[in-house]
Amino acid sequence: MSTAELQSATPLATPPSAPRRVERADLVRTMVIAVLLVFVLIGLPQMLSVYYIDSMTQVAIYSVVALGLGVLVGRVGLISLGQAAVLAIGAWVAARLLFATSLPYEVVLLASGVITMVLGTLVGLPALRMRGLYLALITLMLAGAITVALASLNFPNGGHGFSGYNGTFVHIPSLRRPGIATTDPAYFRYSVIVAALMFLLVLAHVRTRPGRAWAAIRQSEPAALAAGINTTLYKLWAFALASFITGVAGGVLAGAVRYLYSIDFQTQDSITLLAVVLMGGAYSIWGAIVAGLLLQLLPAILNNAGVSPDWLIILFGIGVLQVLTTAPRGIVDQLPRDISRLGRRLGGLTRRSAASHGEAP
Amino acid sequence: MIEVSELTVRFGGVTSLDGMSVRFEAGTCGLIGPNGAGKTTFFNVLSGFVRPAEGHVRAFDEDLLSMAHFRRARWGLRRTFQTEQAIESLSVYDNVALVHEHSKLGRANRRGEVLDAIEFVGLRDVAYVKVGTLGVGSRRLVEVARAVVGKPRLVLLDEPAAGLPDAETAHLGELIRRIPEHSEALTILVDHDMSLVSSCCPVTAVLDFGKMIASGPTADVLRNEQVVRAYLGAEEFQ
Ligand SMILES: Nc1ncnc2c1ncn2[C@@H]1O[C@H](COP(=O)(O)OP(=O)(O)O)[C@@H](O)[C@H]1O
Ligand SMILES: [Mg+2]
Repeated sequence: MSTAELQSATPLATPPSAPRRVERADLVRTMVIAVLLVFVLIGLPQMLSVYYIDSMTQVAIYSVVALGLGVLVGRVGLISLGQAAVLAIGAWVAARLLFATSLPYEVVLLASGVITMVLGTLVGLPALRMRGLYLALITLMLAGAITVALASLNFPNGGHGFSGYNGTFVHIPSLRRPGIATTDPAYFRYSVIVAALMFLLVLAHVRTRPGRAWAAIRQSEPAALAAGINTTLYKLWAFALASFITGVAGGVLAGAVRYLYSIDFQTQDSITLLAVVLMGGAYSIWGAIVAGLLLQLLPAILNNAGVSPDWLIILFGIGVLQVLTTAPRGIVDQLPRDISRLGRRLGGLTRRSAASHGEAP
Repeated sequence: MIEVSELTVRFGGVTSLDGMSVRFEAGTCGLIGPNGAGKTTFFNVLSGFVRPAEGHVRAFDEDLLSMAHFRRARWGLRRTFQTEQAIESLSVYDNVALVHEHSKLGRANRRGEVLDAIEFVGLRDVAYVKVGTLGVGSRRLVEVARAVVGKPRLVLLDEPAAGLPDAETAHLGELIRRIPEHSEALTILVDHDMSLVSSCCPVTAVLDFGKMIASGPTADVLRNEQVVRAYLGAEEFQ
């Protein structure tokens, strides 16, 4: 009886063979991504000047940072304003290890990922008790504290002791890079490969058990608990994953700039980061790449054109406003829709003009 | 079998459950009462969302209240919510699999058991569709599928038919009547639709202002003078 009625009432009824088709779509997507990756690794460095290669390295690094925040905000619904500080921790740890040891670069990246994971999860502890504005505020305060602590500690420059900083150095050694990636184009490729691995790691999470648990927690904690999900564990897991990949990104950043103390890590960077993640699209993996481009390529282009990148804060402000009011899924979701709408409208125009031409004779 | 003794819940000055005592033996049992009687609060105590001031609950000879809330699902407690809580961003399949993968059941038979629950509620054709695109009726069925997947021991249904058209309520009633044979779970049905409760539940208990005022065979309970007065009183206030 009503079984049939119910089913006919549900839109988008898909036959049970759906998974097979999903698999085929996945295959196509994987191939497109592979081609894109090959182009970025081989074609792009040949087309760009060193200036832009360096900023694309930053794009790769910050895409990973944005991805980490995207996991927290988009997948679990936890607003963190501490991610730039977590990145600074990763960079600090990596720099200290690079000066203190002769470990292979990959091992240093892994170690800074793991150490940052432990510290970043501590930043996430308040998330077990609060959400929304209060969580945002408390993570911002923690980030402020970390930034102040790191500023007074200074970034390692080859000195001794825990901080590895020696203020009396005249000749300051640069941070080493991996042997296979000492030049800027090679280091760019290295960064992209590390970033791709981090994206895969996140994908492996969101597509499986933790991703389902996070989706449940984001929508309704009572429903998640009633489904048997240990919400505490999975929230900490999200912070651990985000901190791990952000720590690895910090390690890549260390080798990219080579003199870490020369960049400011500011508390407010976390706020800008959240803004671009929301603009790019917090619910999508691609949104993280858009966020990286907004955050690092756009300022480089403006700089090159002689415009102060400070103006971007206004653009980001407008962008966030627009996202929050009209396109909550971000640029990644909106742009294709805008393009197809434009396409339809253009199509409509040409058809109409064709029709009026047809009437003329 | 679940035995509730002297359960009391207070929210500030409000006493939502006031020394509630009742036994639910087996099969599908009704729990009715006017709005604000404490039915959802009772379910929230069983789920572990609300800590009672006093009282005990023994379920299949275990102390339910001493278990951490998220472990109760693993133990075999399932529920639906008065405001439906199917996870919109996941497919029907993933919604049900979510419960299965946090239960005691192994992953070997997961796919079959999840699809079996989806089949049971009649959503096989939309198994891989995102829940967010489905209508209210289907979403409620997703919740029922989550409640019956695997081997639940205690299923709590909180007004599953609220807001559904008659045809969908009839389908739901048919499913609820089949839950005991499908999963052997003790099922407690809360609903305001008396014909649904009568047709699904051989026995029914009645809550009013946090106290049990009657329990027994459903037909007798519905004729009980105190029960009629409780409902009439509630209607007078509305
Ligand atoms: N979390 C809460 N905080 C305060 N009061 C509550 C809460 N939950 C329920 N109540 C109160 O407890 C009483 C019983 O509510 P409820 O269990 O939802 O009734 P029912 O489900 O039978 O309609 C109501 O007076 C309600 O206002
Ligand atoms: Mg209720």
